[in-house]
Amino acid sequence: MGNVLVYVEASDGKVAPVTYELLGAARTLAAGLGGQVEALLAGGGELASELGGADTVIHVDHPSLSPYVPEAHVAVLAEAVRLRNPQVVLVGNTTIGIDLAAGAAAATGRPLVSYCVGLEVGEGAVVARSQLYGGKIIATTRTDSPAVFAVVGGSFPDGPGRSGGKGAQETMDPPSSLASLRSRFVGATAPGGEGVDITKAERLVSVGRGIGGPENIELAEELAKALGAEVGASRPVCDSGWLPKTRQVGKSGMSVKPKLYFAVGISGAPEHLEGMRDSELIVAVNSDANAPIFKVAHFGTTCDLFDLLPALTERLKARAG
Amino acid sequence: MHIAVVLKQVPDLVEELDIDSGGKDIDRSFVKMKINEFDDHALEQAVLLKESSGAKVTAVAVAADGIDQVLYAAKARGADRAVKVEAGDEFLDSRRAASAIAEAIKQLECDLVLTGVQAADDLFGQAAPFIAAALGWPHVSVVSGVEAGGSTVRVHQEYSGGRMATLEVDLPAVLGIQAAPQPPRYVPVTKLRQAMASGALETVSAAAGAAPVGATVSGLAKPESGRGAEMLAGSAAEVADKLAALLAERGLVRA
Ligand SMILES: Cc1cc2nc3c(=O)[nH]c(=O)nc-3n(C[C@H](O)[C@H](O)[C@H](O)COP(=O)(O)OP(=O)(O)OC[C@H]3O[C@@H](n4cnc5c(N)ncnc54)[C@H](O)[C@@H]3O)c2cc1C
Ligand SMILES: Nc1ncnc2c1ncn2[C@@H]1O[C@H](COP(=O)(O)O)[C@@H](O)[C@H]1O
Repeated sequence: MGNVLVYVEASDGKVAPVTYELLGAARTLAAGLGGQVEALLAGGGELASELGGADTVIHVDHPSLSPYVPEAHVAVLAEAVRLRNPQVVLVGNTTIGIDLAAGAAAATGRPLVSYCVGLEVGEGAVVARSQLYGGKIIATTRTDSPAVFAVVGGSFPDGPGRSGGKGAQETMDPPSSLASLRSRFVGATAPGGEGVDITKAERLVSVGRGIGGPENIELAEELAKALGAEVGASRPVCDSGWLPKTRQVGKSGMSVKPKLYFAVGISGAPEHLEGMRDSELIVAVNSDANAPIFKVAHFGTTCDLFDLLPALTERLKARAG
Repeated sequence: MHIAVVLKQVPDLVEELDIDSGGKDIDRSFVKMKINEFDDHALEQAVLLKESSGAKVTAVAVAADGIDQVLYAAKARGADRAVKVEAGDEFLDSRRAASAIAEAIKQLECDLVLTGVQAADDLFGQAAPFIAAALGWPHVSVVSGVEAGGSTVRVHQEYSGGRMATLEVDLPAVLGIQAAPQPPRYVPVTKLRQAMASGALETVSAAAGAAPVGATVSGLAKPESGRGAEMLAGSAAEVADKLAALLAERGLVRA
């Protein structure tokens, strides 16, 4: 029977939005496969009541499941896959999903299809569309045996998966390996600390690697000043130390939804888009006409940023008088 | 501690990518390859551990066109040894590559394996968890920062929203590196020449296992334009005029 098992991701004591996206996608797949939607909740029992999109919530409780340790959650997911034998396992392709999806696929000998942005059932197989090469290529795969799929956040609406399930609850015994884990939680760091909270900014000028070096960040800061905006950044800019980590937008940074997102020298990798694609107005400056950022931007230009930024800043200042 | 850092080349995404006539792979005849940027960070992390704790570092890569240069550069950056894994096929998916790499790691007797967190061309999952499973070792991915501590390592794992946790992992272990605590260092050409002159690369043979059957690629395509941006044409001055007007119209210019 073609059941679909969804791994429930929790963050900050809440069900992560991607889980609702997966539950919605699972509902459609389960209909096509003639099966049910199951949700695996590892720890965090208080969240079971928020999983109304599942037909069955399978809850596993054990002291080593919270705080989160990847090894423990991989063991529980693999155990659930072995015991319940679902046709399809859905895991969010989030930062924790990398350990979980590949870890569970390896432990159960199942194929894994990563970076999925579309999933449907066709002629008994799961047909997935995946984003490769930083979003520049879409691959279509057919999977006709039990498998794991890692799904990119933002690929499905998160409304349908919030309800509509049968709401049964079951518990599963924790796997014995949880007693002998080889990794342990030591401590957590919350985001932020010093400086601005870019998630609160109404306008953002975000810089990517195209800015070339720390000496050029000033160009973006001046534009931001003229727009009354804060400065955000892509991951490599923060990893290089050109801007602090608190400015990072994307999968392993902040999710933002400003009125204006002005992307400068950012290619638009899936991990970046995840954090900003819902911005109200997106303007992108990138000299590569094929850059994926233009797929989500409302307005774009292939002008060199070093010419455009000063010119635009000057005009905006002139308007402000 | 003996660290293996696993390196791979990926197409440079700044270049245009085309699909080959078979429709299931990119056209590899003209793509420019470069080291996966996350592997560059993994190598930096390995060298930092060598500097802080005296670890030995071995750079490992599956034999493929152009890989010698990557391995020589790793030596120039501070790897003690550089080993090519002859797996019989240079186009292995990440899962099959992982089985060959795990086999090589056993032969090399390493106790910490660092890979890049992911590569942009791997449809079938990430190598770090697969290597770990093949070896029966614990793994942690999306790591930015590793500290050595005798029979364990302390790692910083990143989550969404800028949250992070510190985990302690028993050795032997496999880590998928997202970022080193400092940007990858620059290799002077003289050092690269020295590394190339210092002798041939080592080789080990390690067969790639079979991948689980069931998932097959039916085709590649360029993404449909979808919403797509309205492109503003003209010189920088002209585009700046248009943008300034457009932003002002929407009330997005500073009052
Ligand atoms: C688990 C994981 C989590 C991640 N999390 C994040 C995240 O939170 N945020 C994030 O951003 N990334 C994240 N990434 C990294 C992501 O995959 C990309 O590597 C990154 O987003 C690329 O950043 P970029 O666009 O600045 O650089 P690049 O991809 O190098 O793009 C630079 C762009 O600048 C353009 N350019 C160059 N010069 C000029 C010029 N003079 N004028 C105009 N344009 C120019 C180029 O055409 C190019 O498109 C993550 C990756 C992983 C694996
Ligand atoms: N064929 C391969 N050869 C060498 N290293 C690999 C290979 N495949 C994966 N890796 C390693 O695993 C990392 C993640 O790649 P991937 O599994 O493709 O996401 C790479 O950056 C390398 O460090």
